[in-house]
Amino acid sequence: MLGIINGEVYDPRNGINGEVRDIWIEDGKIVSASAASPPELGGTEGGRDAAEIIDATGLVVMPGGVDIHSHIVGAKVNAGRKFRPEDHRDHVRSRTSLGPPFRGEVRGATRSGSGYTVPSTYMTGYLYAEMGYTTVMEAATAPLVARHTHEELEDTPILDKGVFITMGNNHFIMNCIRNGQREKARDYVAWLLEATKGYAIKIVNPGGVENWKWGRNVSELDDEVIGFGVTPRQIVTTLAWINDELGLPHVPHIHAINLGQSGNARTTVEMIEALEGRRAHFCHLQFLSYGGKPGKRLRSGAAEVARAVNEHPNITIDVGQIIFGPATTMTSDGPLQYRLHQLTGNKWLNDDVEGETGGGVVPMQYKRNNPFNAVQWLTGMELFLLIDDPWRVFLTTDHPNAGPFFYYPQVIKLLMDRDYRAEMLAGIHHRARKGALLAELDREYSLYEIAIITRAGTARALGLQNKGHLGVGADADVTIYAKLDDKEEMFARPRYVLKDGEVVVRDGRLVHERPGRTLYVTPPYDAGIEADLRTHFEECYTISFDNYPVAAEYLPHCEVVPCA
Amino acid sequence: MKIENVVCPFCGCLCDDIVVEVEDSRITAVKNACASGRSLFLNAHTQAVQPKVNGEEVDWPQAIDAAARILNDAASPLIYGLSSTASEAQRKAIALADLLGATIDSTSSVCHGPTTIGIQNQGEPTCTLGEVKHRADLLIFWGCNPAEAHQRHFSRYSALAKGKLTPNGRKDRTVVVVDVRPTASSRRADIFLQVRPGCDFEVLAALRALLKGQHLDVDEVGGVGVVQLQDLVERMKSCRFGVIFFGMGVTQTGGKHLNVAELLALVAELNAYTRFTTMPMRGHGNVAGADSTLTWQTGYPFAVNFARGYPQYNPGEFTAVDVLARGEADAALIIASDPVAHFPRQAAQRLSQIPTIVLDPEINLTAQVARVMLPTAIYGVSAAGTAYRMDNVPLPLKKVVESPRPTDEQVLDWMIERVKTCLA
Amino acid sequence: MPEFILITGRTSKQGAALHKGKDSAEYRLATGFVSMNHEDREHLGVEAGRRVRVRTAFGETELELKEGKLPPGMIFVPMGPAANVLIGAETQGTGMPDSKGLKAEVEPL
Repeated sequence: MLGIINGEVYDPRNGINGEVRDIWIEDGKIVSASAASPPELGGTEGGRDAAEIIDATGLVVMPGGVDIHSHIVGAKVNAGRKFRPEDHRDHVRSRTSLGPPFRGEVRGATRSGSGYTVPSTYMTGYLYAEMGYTTVMEAATAPLVARHTHEELEDTPILDKGVFITMGNNHFIMNCIRNGQREKARDYVAWLLEATKGYAIKIVNPGGVENWKWGRNVSELDDEVIGFGVTPRQIVTTLAWINDELGLPHVPHIHAINLGQSGNARTTVEMIEALEGRRAHFCHLQFLSYGGKPGKRLRSGAAEVARAVNEHPNITIDVGQIIFGPATTMTSDGPLQYRLHQLTGNKWLNDDVEGETGGGVVPMQYKRNNPFNAVQWLTGMELFLLIDDPWRVFLTTDHPNAGPFFYYPQVIKLLMDRDYRAEMLAGIHHRARKGALLAELDREYSLYEIAIITRAGTARALGLQNKGHLGVGADADVTIYAKLDDKEEMFARPRYVLKDGEVVVRDGRLVHERPGRTLYVTPPYDAGIEADLRTHFEECYTISFDNYPVAAEYLPHCEVVPCA
Repeated sequence: MKIENVVCPFCGCLCDDIVVEVEDSRITAVKNACASGRSLFLNAHTQAVQPKVNGEEVDWPQAIDAAARILNDAASPLIYGLSSTASEAQRKAIALADLLGATIDSTSSVCHGPTTIGIQNQGEPTCTLGEVKHRADLLIFWGCNPAEAHQRHFSRYSALAKGKLTPNGRKDRTVVVVDVRPTASSRRADIFLQVRPGCDFEVLAALRALLKGQHLDVDEVGGVGVVQLQDLVERMKSCRFGVIFFGMGVTQTGGKHLNVAELLALVAELNAYTRFTTMPMRGHGNVAGADSTLTWQTGYPFAVNFARGYPQYNPGEFTAVDVLARGEADAALIIASDPVAHFPRQAAQRLSQIPTIVLDPEINLTAQVARVMLPTAIYGVSAAGTAYRMDNVPLPLKKVVESPRPTDEQVLDWMIERVKTCLA
Repeated sequence: MPEFILITGRTSKQGAALHKGKDSAEYRLATGFVSMNHEDREHLGVEAGRRVRVRTAFGETELELKEGKLPPGMIFVPMGPAANVLIGAETQGTGMPDSKGLKAEVEPL
């Protein structure tokens, strides 16, 4: 039994807004959270005296952070690490041994690592935990290489993780849509999620990535996918229907078309409307909320997009806030990555994946005094401030696309402190600043709202019943902060972080390493689909059907999240 | 018993359609594999063998103890090999290197290490082999000889494969071979360009110049006529989907990574005209996995040193040939490779001068000079695990026969535990 | 003494013989030869199947001479213990020795 007593608790899911509470933990779960302490424990031995107590008087207690969209593992991330030694050289972490030897065993030695925008796996786990985050969703994996992703996840300690599986350019699905066989597509999606041990449907530039294999792209919802006769609109709406049919815990996670281009606010709003009320999540919306004319100067289109989000309660979004400094862009959006290579002249990785998807990686540097980057920065800020319902707008930097995840505390400070925001705004390129709506937005986020956009809201959007809150039965993932005026400092160095009820971080430093779990779904499907799939594999793949699924042995630490 | 869809762990093709017949724990027949793959399965030694220390047979705890002591006592141990074992074992080997503050390097450094350096300079437009099979109508094999080194590459993935946009296989593709000598591969090509040894960079630079529309006022570059080069450039610009596969003809000649960077730049530039990709022809079955596992655990794909407590990367400084030839390594753990058979003599000799530990299914030439020999199960034959194909597609290796021997992963786990207790 | 450019590399026979064991006759045969084209061999005046001495700046070794389809002035030795003797350990900061394109002499025995 462990108690966190007298803390100022922010647990939005349970409506607790800064009230003093005691939280009791046993076997990795929250067993009691109430103003009355201690809980009934039956006898003195198990009583409060025998429990481990964390005195949280004057401290802020929140559920562990839940990141809804981050690129931390898998083929693209690793390709990014591999071709960017310049990213790692000055950003290293030494191995440590935690605590003295016990009965001849060295306990809990941590691993070394390197990397700034693309840290190595162990380092990623440690850095997230040290920032108070305990659950992170890997935002995109091609099904064909999901086995790789799971190998890396097993080497990413502490965090609970899930993987989004890219399906927006999948040949089998596009064939089904063309042939009017959406039930077959539904069964395939269920099979694919189980085969890849995935958590959610990811859609990246639907149809555009397939067209890139012909050197082309899509730019409108009704453009045709070469060789398939289907459209981005059909792909998105079919997958949204499938998602509802399967009752997946998360919703389709959409990276829309025209990412990064002037005037894309229009197609983003069109895609929101195309869903006709079906639930969906739009990721790193900042990159998809630009005004101006296509090919012309970039302007913020945040107002237009935020209005559409406000009017569509079926939609959640994460922002993908630009952080000034180095980044590594990496998406499944092949044509986008080529465009970034041409724009920047930076080195370019591309990887087309047979019958499924593609992708690329290009290093990036976001500069305050670059008018383009400055517009990107304020577009993200405006989205945060213009979308009314904090349960539908979430904090991300689309790590490492818009900046590294360990800058979340800076973003929190920007949201909570309008003076700091004004100071940042004053430092960006004058052309971007001129007439910017951001200057007029004086909204400040409260701690309660921060708790929503960083854990309660993301957990709810992901359908994680046991995460993002501190009610009875929740996973005992808890972060305890000192209450500081400087919110960046406050959120960068939690006083304690607990994972499954064990203290893993103290005063911002890792003190205990343990494995995290991989969360995945197993929606039911008609097994009759296998015969079709065998034919599909023989025609389309260079590996056999039997060697495709990721076996359970790859996930020694896992948890199946139920479908509705 | 017939086992289907077996992955052959021999080369970077990782053909996964092998059928293996097993009777009484012995492999009796192998179907679909190439000569090298067949030989690997049919000659697999799986019987129990005792580990040896100083030539004497010992039991496993004694052997692990001896190995752990050697590694602990060393000031600058080297861990090398990794490319013919499963990624599960590679991950353990890296953990051991981290714990010891060792240098760790894979056989990449003497095959496509320069490719990695080239990619770090230039990027890499690539794809999976299925994209080649289904789309590519122009195939260029530069400084590689798949007909001998990757014997089923043509039929499964490239020249002969029948794909969606290439239903007639070979007839729907133009095959170009660029090499310094005629090879079994060049004899099957439509076009063979014979480059003068050491002139790959010049020829690649000339192609880039021609692509940019520049005039070359010479008749030939590196032994190849400018007319032929211009013809190749036109073919590259006008194809539907092109790919350059390249091998050690590019990485092992003078210029090394600069040759690769030039090739990668050419491929990237071709994407202004059409879709063009490239892929190194990876040799050992899981050498791509060695790059991958090292990268995700340390940030770097080879030539990693942990002496400062964190990973440092420097080819030429922390690569195995250099560390051995300079006499810096004072102990070595060689995993699933045979540097004595494949390293320059000066580097190979060092391994007989220092305490060397070999983790390998075979008594190879390195094992013959080793102080500790740890005979393990064979990955993909008597040990399961994961291997990464040359296009980084991960495949599950099967255990097709039982073996009393431990796997590399198990032995490395034992060593890590023993080293930890020694350290404590 | 005639000068050649030495190329080392994989062959299918060397690949298959690996698994017979590196002490096997197959492996020694598969890795223990040097090849050159017909004209160069005639010029050298040595019959195929006879032994020659191959020498580079780094070492020398005796190998069986074979005829192969090679450009004039080029010799080929399969990767393996024999080739290693001929290769230097200098990697020019890359980790990769010069395994192809070395100057070599071939001397009849």
